[in-house]
Amino acid sequence: MENVTLTVNGKERSAPAEGRTLLVEFLREGLRLTGTHVGCDTSQCGACLVHVDGEPVKACSVLVQDIAGAEVTTIEGMANADGSLGTIQAAFREHHGLQCGFCTPGMVMAAASLLKENPKPTEAEVRHYLEGNICRCTGYHNIVKAVMAASGQDVAPPAVAAE
Amino acid sequence: MPKDHGIGASSKRREDARFLTGKGRYTDDINVAGQAHVAFLRSDVAHGRINGIDTSAAEGMPGVLRVFTAKDFEGVGGLPCGWQITSIDGNPMQEPKHPILADGKVRHVGDPIAAVVAETAAQARDAAEAIVPDIETLPAVIDMKAALAEGAPKVHDDLTSNLCYDWGFVQENKEAVDKAVAEAAHVTTLELVNNRLVANPMEPRVAVGDYALHSDESTLYTTSQNPHVIRLLMGAFVLGIPEHKLRVVAPDVGGGFGTKIFHYAEEAFCTFAAKELQRPVKWTSTRSEAFMSDAHGRDHVTKIELALDADNNFTAIRCQTYANMGAYLSTFAPSVPTWLHGTLLAGNYKTPLIYTNVKAVFTNTVPVDAYRGAGRPEATFQLERVIDMAARELGVDPVALRRQNFITEFPYATPVAVEYDTGDYEGTMTKLLAMIDRDGFAERRRQSEANGKLRGLGINCYIEACGIAPSQLVGQLGARAGLYESATVRVNATGGLVVMTGSHSHGQGHETSFAQVVADMIGIDEGQVEIVHGDTANTPMGMGTYGSRSLAVGGSAMVRATEKIIAKAKKIASHLMEASADDIELKDGKFTVAGTDKELAWGDVTLAAYVPHNYPLDEIEPGLEETAFYDPNNFTYPAGAYACEVEVDPETGKVDILAMAAADDFGNVVNPMIVEGQVHGGLAQGIGQALLENCAYDADGQLLSASYMDYAMPRAHDMPMFQVDHSSQTPCTHNPLGVKGCGEAGAIGSPPSVVNAVIDALQSGGHDVRHIDMPLTPARVWSAMNAAK
Ligand code: FES
Ligand code: FES
Repeated sequence: MENVTLTVNGKERSAPAEGRTLLVEFLREGLRLTGTHVGCDTSQCGACLVHVDGEPVKACSVLVQDIAGAEVTTIEGMANADGSLGTIQAAFREHHGLQCGFCTPGMVMAAASLLKENPKPTEAEVRHYLEGNICRCTGYHNIVKAVMAASGQDVAPPAVAAE
Repeated sequence: MPKDHGIGASSKRREDARFLTGKGRYTDDINVAGQAHVAFLRSDVAHGRINGIDTSAAEGMPGVLRVFTAKDFEGVGGLPCGWQITSIDGNPMQEPKHPILADGKVRHVGDPIAAVVAETAAQARDAAEAIVPDIETLPAVIDMKAALAEGAPKVHDDLTSNLCYDWGFVQENKEAVDKAVAEAAHVTTLELVNNRLVANPMEPRVAVGDYALHSDESTLYTTSQNPHVIRLLMGAFVLGIPEHKLRVVAPDVGGGFGTKIFHYAEEAFCTFAAKELQRPVKWTSTRSEAFMSDAHGRDHVTKIELALDADNNFTAIRCQTYANMGAYLSTFAPSVPTWLHGTLLAGNYKTPLIYTNVKAVFTNTVPVDAYRGAGRPEATFQLERVIDMAARELGVDPVALRRQNFITEFPYATPVAVEYDTGDYEGTMTKLLAMIDRDGFAERRRQSEANGKLRGLGINCYIEACGIAPSQLVGQLGARAGLYESATVRVNATGGLVVMTGSHSHGQGHETSFAQVVADMIGIDEGQVEIVHGDTANTPMGMGTYGSRSLAVGGSAMVRATEKIIAKAKKIASHLMEASADDIELKDGKFTVAGTDKELAWGDVTLAAYVPHNYPLDEIEPGLEETAFYDPNNFTYPAGAYACEVEVDPETGKVDILAMAAADDFGNVVNPMIVEGQVHGGLAQGIGQALLENCAYDADGQLLSASYMDYAMPRAHDMPMFQVDHSSQTPCTHNPLGVKGCGEAGAIGSPPSVVNAVIDALQSGGHDVRHIDMPLTPARVWSAMNAAK
């Protein structure tokens, strides 16, 4: 087996990988970074979402040998330098945007990509962007609130709500 | 002012810190040194005779340690069923064997035929593909009514038929119900399907078996909602390991929704193989495997009749249900269509006569068991749909019809064996109507029509029986287990507490809300209370988390144990302050003597308990640790009123949810933020059932929806922002916290609102559509509209 080297969360890391080793397997088993999760086998759930060279990528859909040398950011690299929660992470906690926590790493990584592209998304844009991330616990309500809050915005109440 | 700590405060969750930084420890994150990996070969036919399994090629593949088939499990028990139902004729249900690996026959797509243990997961998968099973395909039974027909192929050759049981409830009422239906001024009849669902927690199941030669102890790490139950079932009934030699650990678990209650073959396999091979053995389910091996939910076919008198009072309900058990009996499967369904058919209404018949049927499909709500969503759906239909037939307001028939006095003994302790159905309905601006609906509908859309409003109520417990009651109903809960509270010398609970948290936030309760009782900071759960080695025997029971039953056990702690601590304090124990008060973490200025801090007393220099050793033992088991005397009965507003595009049949509102009565609420989150999640699963999700088989038993490409999971853009309210609170009268449970409400209450709303929309457009079976996909809605022009 060849060794593959990536820069993960700012540090150079190597581990052996077969030709068929997926990025998500490499992160979880090779580097023991188990924050990135596997929720499906058809690249549909987003639990494995990480950033590769700054772009959101489903780590279950990439062979690690194909991206040797890339810069990868995982959930383990999202906290502030002093260890405190980053803005998006803190917003998820503040707004109860997670329950079991299994989809959460992928959600946070997706939200970070969204806010990089579009710092002030509308509620509909948030929902649309998160299309590739499935959460079974939260009903998305508080995830949407958290992402909006991380962008410095509130969510408007439902149109038919009596005030 | 909202509270900022203790009971009633929306304390932020302490578990979030690890989940948000990738430090959670889920079962698949656990690697035991030296572990091997297992891959299962699963049946690709629904029904077949196994004439042979050629494992020779697989055995020679790189890394393969051993290939297992059914013959390796001679002398090992099958997976047990935890609930027995008795048929109308007095006979016990038919209970087939459920082997770890298919023995003689395969009975559903996904039934495990053989297992390969190899050095790596990839090697195990490669070798599993090299196994050559010789399977003679047999005709499969998929449809329940066909399965019961004379001469139908039998799923289990040694049973008399595919009928598991034929249950009547309340059998003594049957004649009176028949008479009331025959003599009613009006009867509304509805036939419906409650669609089969797959729970789909985002974390697939995982099992890691380990065996310690030096102590002869087995350990299983597993994705379970109830590790003690797995230890009992697997130890006592499957593998014959005494509980003191078996440890089951369920660490962070990525959602359960019922499907992680049950004891599965893969758990027993990994534990067994680890001992056989003297190697830790790990299995991680793929999502495709999950679809064909996790127990499914719902799958009822029902006819319900609602009888009314000339004044529109409900006089009787008669219900006939076919309930799919799948190919084997999963752990609690028989209880779902019976005791969790038949007993809820009174709903929120004073209907004097109710009769249900349930025929449970074996088919060549994945076993079906409890999924969020379990039986109660099925009861609620049929009842609230038939009431809406009756209102339409009678030309009366569906809300008024409900209100007229509400139960208003408590306690209320229903004709279906349960007694509601408290409730205020009028209160939650009033709240709901205020939330949804019903008066403005006509104008909103007019606007939709101006845009070429049809708008509908659906409203319904629900009630559920939660806090699944009373052991004596469930024992009479056929449960082969007790349903209490336990807690041990250990106070350390310096005043911090560790609470070891038999409940299990897999998203519910117990580490936060349980700590709030204990901290509030003592008056200390929540951060001083640590909650430990999920490991049979360090928690007392508990029954786990399901049926919205954790706080009502597990929380109550914790309250009882903490009360014992406080009583003992007061005795110690009274000795130290030379006062009578009766005069000691504990408030804000301080012991005081009434009428004096004497006071002692919590930490002074806890220290004295462990450094008993000045201590009444002749009266009490040193130390401060107490255990309580709590077994309530009734279920709890959360209830509420829900509404859904939809817009239907008549061109395509597509349904858009514009608003979804829930007014719940959960009794007292410990952490409103967590409670609201639970409701949101339930609503999304209920909306998913109503509009999107369907577990589909073809006529040969091929599972058509076995991935996220084919099974439509609700996504962010399918959901609206929700409106939830839990300010109507009638505290439960029989548990110390006055709580009722909130985990399942959303999934129970929402499907009828959605369907009622769509029917309302279609009717407003002149389409005489009475009912559409879920999920209300655009194709189904469009077809119904165009069939009934
Ligand atoms: S695991 Fe990558 S999308 Fe599901
Ligand atoms: S928090 Fe459990 S799947 Fe999203």
